[in-house]
Amino acid sequence: MGASQTRSEHKYQDLMDKTGFSVEQIKNLHKRFEQLSGNEETISRENLENIPALANNPIRRQIIGAFFDKRNQHQNEVGSFEEIGFEQFLMVMSHFRPPTLKTTEEERETMRKEKLRFLFNMHDTDNDGTITLEEYRKAVEELLSKSGAIGQEGAKAIADAAMLEVASTNVPHMAPDDFYEGITFEHFEQILKGLEMESRMHIRFLDVDTTTMRCGRSTS
Amino acid sequence: QFNRSNATPWICAAPLAGGVSAAAVRQSQNRTRMGLNTGHGSSIKEVPIVTFKWHHVETPYLIALWILVAGLAKMVIEANHHVTNVIPESALLICFGFILGGMVWGADKVQTFTLTPTVFFFYLLPQIILDAGYFMPNKLFFGNMGAILIYAIIGTCWNAASLGLSLWGCHKGGAMGDLDIGLLQYLLFGSLMAAVDPVAVIAVFEQVHVNEVLFILVFGESLLNDGVTVVLFNVFDAFVSLGGSQIDAVEIIKGIISFFVVAFGGSLLGFVFGLLVSLLTRCTKNIQIIEPGFIFVLGYLAYLTAEMLSLSAILSIVFCGVCCQKYINANMDEKSVSTVRYTMKVLANGSETMIFVFLGISAIDKTIWVWNTGFILLTLLFIMVYRFIGVFFLTWILNRYRLVPIGFIDQVIMSYGGLRGAVAYGLAVMLDENKIKEKNLMISTTLIVVYFTVIFQGITMKPLVTWLKVKRAAVTELTLIEKVQNKVFDHVLVAIEDISGQIGHNYMRDKWNYFEEKWMSWALMKPSVRKSRDHVFSVFHQLNLKDAMSYVAEGERRGSLEFIRNESAFIDFKKKFGDEFSEAMPDIMANMSDDHGAASDRRRDPVPSVSLEMHEQTMKGMRETEDINTHHLLQQHLYKGRKQHRHRYSRSHFDVNKDENEVQEIFQRTMRSRLESFKSAKMGVAPPKTISKYSKKDQQQKMPNGKSLDRSKSYYSGDEDFEFSEGDSASGYDASGSTFPMRVTYRAGAGIENPAFMPDMDPMTPIQIPPWLMEAELDSGMVAPSQRAQVRLPWTPSNLRRLAPFRASAQSNDSFMLADAPATQQRDDEELPPPPSPPPPPSNRDGGYM
Repeated sequence: MGASQTRSEHKYQDLMDKTGFSVEQIKNLHKRFEQLSGNEETISRENLENIPALANNPIRRQIIGAFFDKRNQHQNEVGSFEEIGFEQFLMVMSHFRPPTLKTTEEERETMRKEKLRFLFNMHDTDNDGTITLEEYRKAVEELLSKSGAIGQEGAKAIADAAMLEVASTNVPHMAPDDFYEGITFEHFEQILKGLEMESRMHIRFLDVDTTTMRCGRSTS
Repeated sequence: QFNRSNATPWICAAPLAGGVSAAAVRQSQNRTRMGLNTGHGSSIKEVPIVTFKWHHVETPYLIALWILVAGLAKMVIEANHHVTNVIPESALLICFGFILGGMVWGADKVQTFTLTPTVFFFYLLPQIILDAGYFMPNKLFFGNMGAILIYAIIGTCWNAASLGLSLWGCHKGGAMGDLDIGLLQYLLFGSLMAAVDPVAVIAVFEQVHVNEVLFILVFGESLLNDGVTVVLFNVFDAFVSLGGSQIDAVEIIKGIISFFVVAFGGSLLGFVFGLLVSLLTRCTKNIQIIEPGFIFVLGYLAYLTAEMLSLSAILSIVFCGVCCQKYINANMDEKSVSTVRYTMKVLANGSETMIFVFLGISAIDKTIWVWNTGFILLTLLFIMVYRFIGVFFLTWILNRYRLVPIGFIDQVIMSYGGLRGAVAYGLAVMLDENKIKEKNLMISTTLIVVYFTVIFQGITMKPLVTWLKVKRAAVTELTLIEKVQNKVFDHVLVAIEDISGQIGHNYMRDKWNYFEEKWMSWALMKPSVRKSRDHVFSVFHQLNLKDAMSYVAEGERRGSLEFIRNESAFIDFKKKFGDEFSEAMPDIMANMSDDHGAASDRRRDPVPSVSLEMHEQTMKGMRETEDINTHHLLQQHLYKGRKQHRHRYSRSHFDVNKDENEVQEIFQRTMRSRLESFKSAKMGVAPPKTISKYSKKDQQQKMPNGKSLDRSKSYYSGDEDFEFSEGDSASGYDASGSTFPMRVTYRAGAGIENPAFMPDMDPMTPIQIPPWLMEAELDSGMVAPSQRAQVRLPWTPSNLRRLAPFRASAQSNDSFMLADAPATQQRDDEELPPPPSPPPPPSNRDGGYM
């Protein structure tokens, strides 16, 4: 018992260094992970899709996709996993970690980039470094799919108009024959400046255990 | 008599307060008096031709005058931007009030006009608070609700208690001499001074543009602390009446309970009224002209009802505004929404001005000034110090729980932004002189505090914010992509919370949104708007409207709108829409360049879209001929429509365009024009170098005689159908040697032009048809306009009138035309209605006029 305790402590230490979560947070997330996977080592798309609270999320598919995206593991790999382990799960979660008071400017900057990159990757499905119109249209269509009667055509129009905005704000002087391929990461960064995503893209990972509460909820 | 009339305003005028409330009474008295005069007739010796009845109109007259004076004051102050950049408007208004007050005092030797609690709380405050609630950024407000409540409740209690106790302590210590004030009275004074004033905060922070979180914290606190203030004030007022010995634990507990009742009861009442307004606007379809009124009346009723039940009136009206904003904006017609918005601003801004002016005027009154250096200075000191302590302590606690902590600098600004204002003054005036011997001292101290905070802190706020490098609010334009990304972002956060199993802020918000979407919208929104009310979509809609509007403005500025109706304008967009886009997009992507030209252009002057460039280009070569052609077409097809509708006056409705098809078409076209403009750019049109304005007279002179005649003949011959005239006009251009650009215009123009905007041209059309053309056209223009053209002219004069102001007044076009264009006088065809429009046959036209 004691030995396993220290081993898991050791394992957690490793994860803490990688993701920046505290031990309690990792423990909590681990519990959640086990709950989601049904005490398996890995978690599959179905496991996540079955979360009842996600049912109403229009971009559920994209978000779940992000969990299985190798780009979000910072290993310079591309493609997607079939199943992910706890470590990968944690890595994705770490994008949403709020900065602490101890975080230095540099770390903040890298965190900011990572957060934005995460959002960017969600749209850039084919990993060519740009969000093309096709990709963007799909994303917007999905996003608006739950909101009433906007419909596909409306969503298309919105995506197109949004794309034009990006093009016109980012490339003010283009030759007549130029072709705006899509939103690059730099442009993405530029347009999201006003939203201050980096300062808002956190969620609170509680140190206390809330999984028991969730148990009751998810079964109900 | 005149002399008397000049003196009377000052002497007879009751203080404005009583004035307003007594106005109705007095008016009715006046009315009866008038009735007596006419009825009896015994006192009248002869029939008066003109009588001077000042007393008859006195009260409303004075009120109107004061409103006018305050408005003029604001105008004068705002005219000097270099002054208002340094000194906030509120401070200047107070100073202006000093001057006015001095004048009144000089005339009357007594201050006849002061800001009384009745006027302030019943007639000036509600609209300001309603405005604040209606324009409240809900997401931000509820997102920071916890912090706001902490500041508003605990902070205010702390301010009140610490100020009262410290003053009492200093009194006991002998710092302010001999004063007849007990502990309870000090606490009462503390409680009225405790609250940060919403009016002052809005006035000062509006000009500073601090970041939105900081703003909402200060602003939200100032709104919500009213509940606390009311309770504290009432409780201590009761305690003072009871006397120290009567107070026991039961009374104190009662006080605490009353706090919850007052605050939550007030909020709940506001909520109920908000729902009522929303429900009401669901069914005001047939009385659109008065539907904006409901918001104000019900808002005011929410305020009064809360006041009647001794609940917090401010909380009530705030929550009324907060709750109803979404639903009424969706339910009401777009025009009514803008009416509400503007009226809201007019009222709020007006009252704010009045409040500050009267705060200044009230000071010039010898009777209220009681000076006690110790008391006044200590009050000022304690207010500042305890505000800082309170804010820092509460923030320290809050920061342990906040995801994004409040920075040190923001805390400083929050503390410094604790402005006191008219609410405190109003409460101080309401004190009972019998119970509180030193009432006047309290009033004068309150005034000093108000002046100090509003003037001194108001002036220093801006430099302080700059000096401390407080994060400012980013000045951002509304962009679609941001809204879309924001939405994505929200969903991502919720999903991550769901997956990680945390019940956080986002989770709660999502659940609420879901509930709201499913139930509240269902109950409170019209079914027709419920579906399309997505935020992203409404932003899209707004941007489109903006584009369309600037498009028209730009076109008008350039002096020529080449809006030409032709066949392709009547495509069923609904069906074609999808294809259009996919077909247009590659072009757009390939031709971004021109958009950029336009985009950068837009920064210099509001050129909405590239499509104008094209017009510019085609205008170069043959502006005149083309214009004539355009106007010819326009007149031919538009004129009838206008003539058939005369000016109609109706109190119950504007002549708005009710044709749904048309409205839809306008919208779809503006949307389409965004894309089409890029498409047109493919024609290789260079951006305009200069925008040449040409006078209409020049044009007439330039007009080559023979050519125009030729052309006129050529196109008047083929008016049966649009298509025909289109081809014809093109042939007209053959003569001038450059067919291609015109064709381009016609073809691509289909997507750009918007029939709704065509009326814009009308005012100039008569002038641009030279007289010799007139004759020609009389000869040749016997062809009736195409059936289709007649059928498809749903534009009513009402929307024409709006765009062409001078038409509005001129019922007949004759006078206007003759006055404006002497050239047309050449025509001696009196029997023919004047419109020099080329083609429609006289007989037909007469019919139109009948």
